[in-house]
Amino acid sequence: MNEPMLWNRNCPIPIAADAERISLAHGEGARLSRRLISEIILPRFAATANRRFADAAIVTTIGCRLAICTDSHTVSPMFFPGGDLGSLSVYGTVNDLAVTGAYPRWLTMSLIIEEGLPIAILERILDSAGHAARECKVTIVAGDTKVVPRGAADGLFINTSGVGEMMDPVPPGPQSILVGDKILVSGPIGRHGIAVMSARESFAFDPAPLSDSGSVIHAVASLRNSVGEHLRTIRDATRGGVSAVLHEWAMECGHTFALTESRIPVTDEVRGACELLGLDPLYVANEGTIIVAVASRFAEIAVTALRHVPGCEQAVIIGEVQSRGISPVTIRRTIGSAQPLDEPSGAPLPRIC
Amino acid sequence: MKFIDEFRDPALATELVRRIRATAQQPRVLMEVCGGQTHSLLRHGIDVELQGIVELIHGPGCPVCVTDISAIDLAQQLASLPGVVLASFGDMLRVPASQGSLLTARTAGANVMMVYSPVDAVRHAQRHPEQQVVFFAVGFETTAPATALAVLQAHQLGLENFSLLVSHVRVQPAMEALMQAPDNRVQGFLAAGHVCSITGYDAYDDFAQRYRVPVVVTGFEPVDLLQGILECVTQLESGTAEVRNTYGRSVTRFGNPAAQRVVETVYEIDDRAWRGFGVISAGGYKLRDQYETFDAPRRFGLTRSTETNDSATAQRCRAGEVLSGRLKPCDCPEFGMACTPDSPLGAPMVSSEGACAAWFRYHRGSKL
Repeated sequence: MNEPMLWNRNCPIPIAADAERISLAHGEGARLSRRLISEIILPRFAATANRRFADAAIVTTIGCRLAICTDSHTVSPMFFPGGDLGSLSVYGTVNDLAVTGAYPRWLTMSLIIEEGLPIAILERILDSAGHAARECKVTIVAGDTKVVPRGAADGLFINTSGVGEMMDPVPPGPQSILVGDKILVSGPIGRHGIAVMSARESFAFDPAPLSDSGSVIHAVASLRNSVGEHLRTIRDATRGGVSAVLHEWAMECGHTFALTESRIPVTDEVRGACELLGLDPLYVANEGTIIVAVASRFAEIAVTALRHVPGCEQAVIIGEVQSRGISPVTIRRTIGSAQPLDEPSGAPLPRIC
Repeated sequence: MKFIDEFRDPALATELVRRIRATAQQPRVLMEVCGGQTHSLLRHGIDVELQGIVELIHGPGCPVCVTDISAIDLAQQLASLPGVVLASFGDMLRVPASQGSLLTARTAGANVMMVYSPVDAVRHAQRHPEQQVVFFAVGFETTAPATALAVLQAHQLGLENFSLLVSHVRVQPAMEALMQAPDNRVQGFLAAGHVCSITGYDAYDDFAQRYRVPVVVTGFEPVDLLQGILECVTQLESGTAEVRNTYGRSVTRFGNPAAQRVVETVYEIDDRAWRGFGVISAGGYKLRDQYETFDAPRRFGLTRSTETNDSATAQRCRAGEVLSGRLKPCDCPEFGMACTPDSPLGAPMVSSEGACAAWFRYHRGSKL
C-alpha cells in the first residue's frame, strides 16, 4: 500500500515521512548530541532540571535517611488513553519512593533512543515527563542519552532513578501485618493494564478505558497524616496487579488475605473488557492505585482520609487479614465459601472464545 | 454491566442451590461441555456447594486442549519456514507440543504473532505482502464463522499471502464419542451455550432420544449454570430425557443462520484427530476444494498427520482422560507437582478454559 503519511502505531498523531528523526549521530557526543540535550531535552525540564553540563549532579541533604530506587520503563504503545511513556517514567519511580515512605526529591533520567524515532515524538514524551516532574515537585538532576541502531530498541526506553527523604512514621513493612488488619485500595483496579492492552491491540472499546497512571504522593501523605503509625505497609499494585502484591505480603507475614469480590472497585470499562478477554482485574496492572494494610481500628479513618485525595474518591476496604487458612489469598464470590485466589503466572493471555 | 449482575445475584444463586438439593433424590453425574462453564463453576464454588448431590465432570469444550499435538507441531514447522509468520490466538501459544510451545519456538527464532481475531491476520497479510501469513484456525463452531469469514475476505481481496492451518472441531461428535464409551458415567449434559448460539439446539433432539440423556443448553454465569443443573436434575428425577434451553437470552432453536452459511460456504465436515479421543468421525472441519488454495500445509508442501500424536510429552500429560471426564485434574499424579500453569505439561493446564488450570486456580490443593 502506498501511504502518503506513515502511521506510527505507537502514536495517535500521524508523523510526516520526512519528519526530522533521531540519527545515530545524535548519540555520538558531538554537536548534534549537544543540541539534542540543550534544545530538545533541557528546555522541557526548565524548572526542574539541573542545567549544568557536568559529569555528576551535586545535591544537598539535611541529614535525614534517604530512599533510593531505580526503574526502567518501556511501554507499547508509547501513548495510551490516560498517559504515556514520559509521565509513566516519572510517576513509576516517584511512586516507588512514596510507598516506601519517602518524599521524592531528585530523579535522574536516562534515555535509550532507537535510531529513526521522530523528534516530534521524543518532544511529546519529554514534555509529558517534565509536566509530571513539576506536578510531583521532583528535580531532574542528571541525565544521559544513548542512541542505538534501528531494531536494537523499541522506539524509546527510559530509566529513571530516584532519591527521596524518608518521612516519619515509616510503614514498617509486610512482615508487621497482623491477623485482623484491613486491606484497602485507593481506587478502581486494573485500569492501566486494560488501557494499554486496548491501545496496543486497537480494541475499539467505547468509552476507551483510561489508565490510572499518576502520582500517589498525596494518597500516601494523607495516610501518613491520618493513621501514621498504624499503617503496616503500602504498595503500588503494578505488574501482576492486586493478587501479586497480596501473595508477596502473604509470603512475608505468613497470614491469609481474605477478599470479598463484591467490595472490590472495578470500573464498568475494565469489567467489560475483562469479561470479553477472559481476564480477572485482580491480576491486571495498576500505575497509580495503591494497596494498603492498616490496623483494623484505623481502617475507616484511612479510607475517609484517602477519599479526600483527588483520584481516590472510591477508596475502600476490600478484605482483611486472617490466620493462615487454605491459601495465602482467598476470595469470596457469588455463593458459598471463600476460595483460593491463585498467584499470577506470566502475562495474562486472552482466550479464544 | 447490569446484564451480568443479575446472573451473579447471590440470593438467586442460593435459592437455586436450595431447589437443586430439594429436587435431587440421589447423587447425579452431569457434564458441563464447555471449558468456560468449567471455569465459572469452579470460580464461583458451585461444585463445592453441590458436593454429594451433583458431581460435575468437566467436558472436552476447551479448543486449545483438544487440539492434537500433531497440529501444534505442524504450526511450529510452518512458523519456522523462511518468510512465514504464524498468527495465533493467545492461549494457543503456551501449549507444549513435541518440541516445546509456539512461544519457545518464537524465542528460538520462529515467526509467531498473537492476534485477537482472524481478521487481524488478514489485515496483517494485506499490509505485509512480503510475508506469508498463516492463521492457526482452532476452535469450535463458535470460532469457525470468524475464520471462514477471514477466508472469504482474503479471497475477495485476492490475497496470495494468506492461508490457514485448519484445526476446527465440532462438539456434538465428541459428545457421541463420550456416550458410546463403555465406561461412560455422564447422566446429563449442560450443552455449551456459545456453540449453541451459532448452531442452535435442534440437532440435539435426536441425540437426547438416542442416548436417553437430558441435554440442557446452559450459559456461563452462576445463575445460568445453576438453572441448567436444576433442569437436568429435574429431568433425571422424572425420568425424562429432553432438550431444554435455559440460555434463551443468547440461543434459539435454529441458531445463527448467517454464521452457519459462512461456515458451510468455506468448510466441509471432516474427520479430526482429537487429543485424548483419537480420530473422531465428522469431528472437525476442513476447507472445501474451492478454497483449498488457502490450506497452509498444502501451500507449503507439508503433510498433515491424520492420527493423534502419542509422543512422550503427550503420554505424561493425561489430558485425554481429563478431557473425557475419566480423571479429575487433582487425581493426576503430575497435578501441582511437575505440572503447573508456570510449566504446564499439557494444554488443560495452560488454557483459560482448561480444566486443570481451573482446578489449580480455584481449588489448588483441595481434593473434592
